Amino acid sequence: MSKVRVLVGTRKGAFILTSDGKRENWDVSGPHFAGWEMYHLKGSPVEPNRLYASQSSGWSGQVMQRSNDGGQTWETVGNKFTYDGVPGTHQWYDGTPHPWEFKRVWHLEPSLTDPDTVYAGVEDAALFISKDGGQNWEELSGLRGHGSGPHWQPGAGGMCLHTIILDPSNPSRMFIAISAAGAFRTDDSGKTWKPINHGLRSQYIPDPTAEVGHCVHHIAMHPSRPGVLFMQKHWDVMRTDNAGDSWQEVSGNLPTDFGFAIDVHAHEPDTIYVVPIKSDSEHFPLEGKLRVYRSRTGGNEWEPLTKGLPQSNCYVNVLRDAMAVDALDKCGVYFGTTGGQVYASADAGDTWAPIVRDLPAVLSVEVQTLS
Amino acid sequence: MIRVVLPAHLRALAHVDGEVQLEVTGPVTQRSVLEALEARYPMLRGTIRDHTTQQRRPWLRFFACQEDLSHEPPDAPLPEAVATGTEPYLVVGAIAGG
Repeated sequence: MSKVRVLVGTRKGAFILTSDGKRENWDVSGPHFAGWEMYHLKGSPVEPNRLYASQSSGWSGQVMQRSNDGGQTWETVGNKFTYDGVPGTHQWYDGTPHPWEFKRVWHLEPSLTDPDTVYAGVEDAALFISKDGGQNWEELSGLRGHGSGPHWQPGAGGMCLHTIILDPSNPSRMFIAISAAGAFRTDDSGKTWKPINHGLRSQYIPDPTAEVGHCVHHIAMHPSRPGVLFMQKHWDVMRTDNAGDSWQEVSGNLPTDFGFAIDVHAHEPDTIYVVPIKSDSEHFPLEGKLRVYRSRTGGNEWEPLTKGLPQSNCYVNVLRDAMAVDALDKCGVYFGTTGGQVYASADAGDTWAPIVRDLPAVLSVEVQTLS
Repeated sequence: MIRVVLPAHLRALAHVDGEVQLEVTGPVTQRSVLEALEARYPMLRGTIRDHTTQQRRPWLRFFACQEDLSHEPPDAPLPEAVATGTEPYLVVGAIAGG
């Protein structure tokens, strides 16, 4: 029988939630790395018990962890992230040049084919790769060397590379997103990169349609249709049908199109999920009602999903990497909140129940479907 | 024998309880103690000193014998009481961050 393993990164440790395919009863393991910020954990798609985890703290910087047994035991691997060459400068919040400085790993993306290869998206924004299971890291510096790097600027959470999407149909193609530079695509395995922000419109930057400078919060793809991407921008939910060459807004009837998380149903490429957040100054749901919105039409037409979610006095946030889906039938949808709840739906969002209620603030949620 | 006291997070990372005891060959300095510490516990590399610059991480400080040694040159001799193991060398995390 299938099993589900949910990897939860929080402000004060990691938790691993496991259940059988019914997804009714859950075992909770953790905290792992208690007291440390766990920005992200993710498993290898080809060797699911191989997990990678980003562990960090203001005191002791970045530590990287690897597990070969599904998170029962961990070993420390390499944490040396050195920018290639002279790092140069990007723009600071006030527009002045600021030196590139490594701060932490935001997102880990294991290879689709090799359990020892993993990508890391870091702050200050750059993309690194390890080909030896996380022991050694090398920057794919063509991204920062694209030419627009000196014009990138941090978002409120820092200048982070937070999204990495590998194209399952084309090993040379990958997408990344940076706050607040925008989305980029490589078609040559990371040697060269192209900004893919045409169609984005951001009123809060000097040129609202600039090639770079957009605060992209997250991007999601369905593996069966890798040319179609869905984006939660700072404001606006966007869609591209040509691998990012151009984007159209699909916010439609959402009550607010600000938000962080976005994901795609495991079996229905046009069914997408977002969690609308009131605004960039009020990072909580509208009217204190926690609602996931689902579109079954690839955007524009959205329905609120509320059964089992608090519909009064709820003022949590759902961060960009804190939503994921499983591959069971019916598709499971999961998200974590800054209030420490992890909610799960075993019926594609129709009904919800908390797996846990009182964890530290949730930074990331990933799901593994295990046979 | 050099005695080193680590903050709780780093003790957990290194899987040690209590003080760490190290043999240091040659002059006993902050650099030689930290290098011996990192050689014994490679998982601590980069967590006390920056990998590249070897500078102390900003939210950590170094103490011994009731003195703050954080701004002393890394190759300056540590107090005799540290070199003989009478007093420990302390890596202290700032009380900050909530």
